[in-house]
Amino acid sequence: MKNKESWIDQRFPLTKVWNEHLAEYYTPRNFNFWYFFGSLAILMLVMQFVTGIFLTMHFKPDSANAFASVEYIMRDVEWGWLVRYLHSVGASAFFVVIYLHMYRGLLYGSYKGPRELLWILGMLLYIVLMAEAFMGYVLPWGQMSFWGAQVIISLFGSVPVIGPDLLVWILGDYALGDAALNRFFSLHVIALPLILVVLVFLHLVALHAVGSNNPDGIEIKKNKDKDGIPKDGIPFHPYFTVKDTMGVVAFLWIFCAVVFYAPGLNGYFLEHANFIEANPLQTPEHIAPLWYLTPFYSVLRAVPPMFGSQFPGVLAMGASLLILFFLPWLDRSPVKSIRYRSPIYKWVLGVFVVSFVMLGWLGMQPVTPLNAFLARVFTVLYFAFFILMPWYTSIGKTKEVPERLTE
Amino acid sequence: MPEQTIDLKKRRFLTQATSVVGAVGVGFVAWPFLSTWKPSARTMAAGAPVDVDISKLQTGQLVRVLWRKKPVWIFKRSAEALAALESDAVIKNLSDPDGSGYSKNQQPKYVTTSYRSIKNREEVGVIVGVCTHLGCSPTYRPEPGAADLGGDSWKGGFYCPCHGSKFDLAGRVYAGVPAPTNLVIPPYRYVSDTLIRIGVDPEIS
Repeated sequence: MKNKESWIDQRFPLTKVWNEHLAEYYTPRNFNFWYFFGSLAILMLVMQFVTGIFLTMHFKPDSANAFASVEYIMRDVEWGWLVRYLHSVGASAFFVVIYLHMYRGLLYGSYKGPRELLWILGMLLYIVLMAEAFMGYVLPWGQMSFWGAQVIISLFGSVPVIGPDLLVWILGDYALGDAALNRFFSLHVIALPLILVVLVFLHLVALHAVGSNNPDGIEIKKNKDKDGIPKDGIPFHPYFTVKDTMGVVAFLWIFCAVVFYAPGLNGYFLEHANFIEANPLQTPEHIAPLWYLTPFYSVLRAVPPMFGSQFPGVLAMGASLLILFFLPWLDRSPVKSIRYRSPIYKWVLGVFVVSFVMLGWLGMQPVTPLNAFLARVFTVLYFAFFILMPWYTSIGKTKEVPERLTE
Repeated sequence: MPEQTIDLKKRRFLTQATSVVGAVGVGFVAWPFLSTWKPSARTMAAGAPVDVDISKLQTGQLVRVLWRKKPVWIFKRSAEALAALESDAVIKNLSDPDGSGYSKNQQPKYVTTSYRSIKNREEVGVIVGVCTHLGCSPTYRPEPGAADLGGDSWKGGFYCPCHGSKFDLAGRVYAGVPAPTNLVIPPYRYVSDTLIRIGVDPEIS
């Protein structure tokens, strides 16, 4: 037994873990703006946990009391409005961060080998996060909570053969009501957060096994000094803990501006109709999911019913999410980073971004013939990005990737 | 001690047998938990029929009641509206006007084909107000010629604000809209001339 080891280290690998994951975890030195969003996502997870725990102390998961209990939190609980707005704005901010985090992956090819599993774990996190956000939005039991849930749960009813029984099983009733609200509460505060934490842990384990990618898409582990330390790497702590803290400060500055001055963000973060209690007799004039789900909702609406069933649209929506999992194998380009990709890829990525944003915007608009047509066009472009990827990433001239980081 | 040899075949068999028994056990334990999600006994008991008094229902008026937690519309159609339901101007827009295609199971057998209501009481429509697309409740738009719903070709009906599905005043779905089938007609009967009971079939006369 080494006497130099501390009392704790003899019983728990504290120093070992600290060194492996922070003080001696070597990170590429050229991280730019896009690399803030990983740590910001963890910040948002913690924010949602803390605010959520305190909201749970006052919220009543009962269709007769839920709406009133949220108003109670807003009006009567001291600082309750702040906790609730931090949670509701936090949900949207979480998705802003996650979308930018995922776009970073697209820009610099972070999903390409050896980071395929890292990408898949991240995609699982994204899907679970969407379910978590959806169920959270149902809890206040406003008009949008109710009718949004009605539409999303009805998707399961469209599955051939077992659909109607599946629907009743999910609802625990023959229509949306108390039973569904109660079980969504359970899933929202216990089951899905647990899954999220486990997936975040696995995501980080996978990241620290393969090491971070970087804006040049160069593997820093290929160039090590005589001590086995990557020449282009610097320890995560203190260099990036300090840098990420700066990112946190800048982010919180914008976040607080929204929380204090525009918590509903004019209907984008909290929809106007959700300030009216759920009424099973009356659908609001116009309903749309929150902005972070609208691209996929657009895909759903873009596909017309076939064979007397809306299931094809549901399948298309599922496919628009599933296809993201296959990105690492669809991309045949020899280089990772956008900096060295062919001009063709840059154009295609641009079209994809426009398609995704347009699908998101259309998902919030009422259906008109023009909107329906546009949604179909952008749905085709969205899928084309993935389906044609093996082809357009294997043509076009890529630039030569240097041996070492360029900045 | 005699040296033992490891019987790999036996070990593999035991591993597999244990796994299979374990999987069956997991299935048996999962079943009660999954079953808790099914409608409870109290929920099942709450699906009782609903009575609606229509003595004060005016022509053109629509009332909504909850039956099995779903909205049901009871509304009175004018003679012109009934005539429109049988006209080519409406029928040519419909996806399944006589309810023989995909909408075969959307109504009880005793309602008439064009009006989808009980015989001799054609003016009163009784429809479950749940869009067959994704479950929103369509809005009542009885006024013919509504500019936002196609002007002159619109003879009155229901419009779903969620995804733009259109139905005529008998709940029959238009062609080319997201909803795949006609709206559901619930079982109902006349207890008296002015009292409708929703949820039970007519007594056989």
